Amino acid sequence: MNAILHPQMHLHKVELKPKDYKTDAPSFWCAGCGHYGVLTGLLRSLAELGVDPNFLVSVSGIGCSSRLPYFVNSYKMHTLHGRAGPVATGVQLARPDLSVVITGGDGDGFSIGGGHMPHLARKNINMIYILMDNHVYGLTKGQCSPTSRTEMQTTTTPYGGVEEPLDPIMYMLTYGATYVAQAFAGNVKLASQLIKEGMEHQGFAFVNLLSQCPSFNNIDTAQAFKDACEEVPAGHDASDLSAAMNAVNAAKQAGRIPTGLLYKTERPTLDQRMAKLVEGVGGSKNYDLRKIIDLARP
Amino acid sequence: MQGTSKNDLIIRIGGEGGEGVISVGDFITQACAHAGLNVYTFKTFPAEIKGGYAMYQVRTSTEQLYNQGDTFDVLCAFNGDAYHNNRDFLKPGTAIVYDSPGDFTPDIPEGVHAYPIPMTETAKDMRNPRAKNMVAMGALSVLFNIPVESLRKVLTAKFSRKGEEVVKGNLEALERGRELAAALKKTDPWTIGAPKSAQDVIVMSGNNAIGLGALIAGLDFFSAYPITPATEVAIYVAKHLPKRGGTLIQAEDEIASISQVVGASYAGKKAMTSTSGPGLALMSEMLGMAFMAELPIVVVDVQRGGPSTGLPTKHEQSDLFLAIHGGHGDAGRIVLSVENVQDCIDLTVVAFNLAEKYQCPVILLSDGSLAFSTQNVPYPDPGSYKLVERERWNGEGEYQRYLLTKSGISPMTDPGTIGGAHIATGLEHNEDGLPSYTSVNHEAMQDKRFRKLKNVVNDIAPVEVDAAQGVGTADLGLIAWGSTIGVVREALQHLRAEGYKVSGFYPKLLNPLPVQQFEDFGATCKRLLLPEVNFQGQLAHFVRAETSLRPESYTICGGMPFTPEMIVKKVKEILA
Repeated sequence: MNAILHPQMHLHKVELKPKDYKTDAPSFWCAGCGHYGVLTGLLRSLAELGVDPNFLVSVSGIGCSSRLPYFVNSYKMHTLHGRAGPVATGVQLARPDLSVVITGGDGDGFSIGGGHMPHLARKNINMIYILMDNHVYGLTKGQCSPTSRTEMQTTTTPYGGVEEPLDPIMYMLTYGATYVAQAFAGNVKLASQLIKEGMEHQGFAFVNLLSQCPSFNNIDTAQAFKDACEEVPAGHDASDLSAAMNAVNAAKQAGRIPTGLLYKTERPTLDQRMAKLVEGVGGSKNYDLRKIIDLARP
Repeated sequence: MQGTSKNDLIIRIGGEGGEGVISVGDFITQACAHAGLNVYTFKTFPAEIKGGYAMYQVRTSTEQLYNQGDTFDVLCAFNGDAYHNNRDFLKPGTAIVYDSPGDFTPDIPEGVHAYPIPMTETAKDMRNPRAKNMVAMGALSVLFNIPVESLRKVLTAKFSRKGEEVVKGNLEALERGRELAAALKKTDPWTIGAPKSAQDVIVMSGNNAIGLGALIAGLDFFSAYPITPATEVAIYVAKHLPKRGGTLIQAEDEIASISQVVGASYAGKKAMTSTSGPGLALMSEMLGMAFMAELPIVVVDVQRGGPSTGLPTKHEQSDLFLAIHGGHGDAGRIVLSVENVQDCIDLTVVAFNLAEKYQCPVILLSDGSLAFSTQNVPYPDPGSYKLVERERWNGEGEYQRYLLTKSGISPMTDPGTIGGAHIATGLEHNEDGLPSYTSVNHEAMQDKRFRKLKNVVNDIAPVEVDAAQGVGTADLGLIAWGSTIGVVREALQHLRAEGYKVSGFYPKLLNPLPVQQFEDFGATCKRLLLPEVNFQGQLAHFVRAETSLRPESYTICGGMPFTPEMIVKKVKEILA
C-alpha cells in the first residue's frame, strides 16, 4: 500500500469550510428541489466535524437523491438501485477507519432496497444513512413511492393511490437503529445538527430528511412539510424506545411530523464485535497458514 | 473398469441418513490417505434434513485417481433401502456386506459374493447401538484389507474429544466386526493394495479447498448467503478467516453479499463471495457494476441441478451460460472452472490474481459432486504461490481513476490515499469517473474494459492436451470441463490401451475462451466430442460460437456425473 493511511480518522480532523467539501459538478436537481437543503446541511456538518475528505466515503444507490455524492469532495460510490446499504456495509467493515455516509431516496431505501434496511440497523453498522424522503419517484418522472400519501395522484396512480404509505422512522425504531432523527430538509440548521450528531454517533444513524419535489409532488410542498413538522418537546427522553414510538404515533394522529432527535442508544457496532472476535482467536495477518492446513492432514 | 486392477477398489456404503454412513466413509478415506493410498470420494445425500437414503463411496488406489469410478466393487448395506437402491448394480464378481439379521432379506444375484454381518444385533449386544457402523467398518477392514492401524488412529483422534469411554466403545465395536468377518470365508478377489510409501498429504473436499485457496490468495473479506451445495465454503472460511485477521459476514441475501464484496473491494481489500446457481442469478446486476466500475471481486459458483430450485443436492454443469453471459448490457468477466480438489486450491488463487490484475469480476465454477468429494493432494506450500496485488497509483500528477491506458488497466487508489479520491459508478463515465454519455466516450470505455481481457490467456497455464506421444492425428478428440475432465482422463487411458487413437483437451479458462489453443487442438483431431452434464450442451454452444470447431455434444443431466465407462462406450459408438 503506497497510501498515507491514517489509522484513526475520527481523531484526524481537518479545518475546511463547507464550500471546500463541494465539488464543481454541474447542478443536477430542479430549481426548488429540497435536496439542495440536504446537501447544504451535509456540507455544513462535515465542516463542523472537520472530516478529512480523504477518509470519507459517500455511497448512494439510484435516484435523484443518489446523485448527491457527485457534489461531495470525497471517495464515493454511485451504485445500483437499492444497494447502497450493503455496498456501504462492505466499505465500513473492510475499513472501520473510514467515515461512511449513505444518501438516497425513499424508493431506493424502502422499496427496492427495503430488504437491506433491517440488517443495517440490527447489525449496527457504523455509518449514517440520510434518507431524502420526497414521497415520490422523481428520476422516472413521478410515480408513487412507498412513502407516497394514499390520496396522491401520480403517473402510475392516475385515479389516486390505493396503498398505505410506510413510515421510515417507525421501521428504523423497530429494526434496532441506534440513532433515529427526522427533520425538514429546508430547516438546514436542524438538519445539519442532526447529521453532525449522527456522524459522531458510534453505530447506525438514520436521519430522515423530508425533502420536497417541486416537479412531481404537488401535495408535499416545502410549505406543507414546514407546516406539518413539529419538534419533539424539550422533555422528550430520546433514550426511551417506547417514548420515541409514542411520540411518533401521537404526532401522526395529530397530522404532524415529529422532528429532532427521536431515539439514541449505545450498543457495540458490528466492526467492534468483529475486531473482538478476531482478537479472541488470536487472529492476525501473520497467523501461520500452515497451522490451518495441518488440520486437513489425515 | 477399475476391476482390471486389484489395487483400485471402490467401496459404497449406504444406509439411513444419521446411521453413521458418512462417518464410516470418512474414516475409511482418512485411514487410506493416512496409510499413503490415494482417495477419491463421492457422496449423495437427500435434500431433506432428516432420514432418507445416504450414500458414501470411497475409491482408493495405489495409483493416481481422477474420478469416482464407474460403479462399486463392494457394497456395504446398512439397511434394506441401501440394498434395494443398489440391487441393479450387484454384478457378478461384486461383493456385498450387509446387516443380517436386518430389516431386509437380500436376494443375492448369481456370482455376487455375500457377507452377512450382524451389525445391528452385535451393536445392541454390546449395549452400544450407535456403534453399528463401527461393527460394519471392522468387517470391511478385514475383508478388504483396509489399513487397520490407520483406521484405529483416525478413529481414536476423532472420538478423543468425546472422552475415553467413547473411544473404547467404538474400538471394541470395530474389533468385534473384525472377528465376525474373520470367521467368514473370503470368496471375492477385492483387496486394497499395499501403499507405496506414505506421502505428505492433506485430504479435503472441493468446497473446503476453495476456502483454503482463498486464504492462500490473501482473502481479507468474505460475504455469503447459505445455499446448497456451496455453504461449506462459507463454513470453512468462517472458521479460519478470523485467524488471519479477516472479516466474514453472512449477508441477508445474495444481492447483499456481492454488494458487500464490491464495497470491500473498493475499500482496497481482496474480497470474495460463494454461492450456487440461484444466487449467481441474483448477483447478475452487481456483476455488471463490478465490470463497469472495474472492481476486483471473486465469485464462486458451486453448480447444482437446475433450472429454478431444481435438484439442490445433485450434480450438474449448467451455469456456464449464466456465468459467461448472465447480466444486462454487454458486460464482461473472467470465468474459470475447476477439475478437482487440487484445482480448487490453485485456481482460487489464480482467480484472485486475475481479479486484482484485471480489475473485474472473476467467476470460479465448481460443481455439486466436487463440492463434497474428498481427495488427497500434496501438502501445499503457501509460500510457493505467486500472489498478485492490484496496480495502485504512484501518487504522481493528477489522478484519473479511469485513465485510458494501452493495456486498459488504470491504477487504483484505496480510500485514504491523498489526492486519490474518485467515484466508482455504474454510470458510463469519463476518465475522471464523471458521467459521460457521448458515443465517442462510451465506445472508448467499452473498448478499454474489454481490451484488458485480451491478455488474460497469457496469465494462465496453457490448456492441457492429453495426447499419446507420436500418434499423429487423433480419430477423436474430447473436450471436457470441470470435474468431467477427470472422467475423460481415465476413459482415454482405457481406450488407448485398446488401440484407439483419441486425445483430450482440458480448458480451465472458459471466458475469454483461449480460441487459438482450441483451433490448434481441433487441427490434430478428425472429429471432436464434448461431454458435459447439462441438457443444452452449453460449452459446445460456446465453442461453436467462438471458434471454427464443430464439436459433437454428448450431454447427460440425470443428477450424476459421467463415469469413464459411459465415455468409453460413447467413443466406441462414434468410432465404430
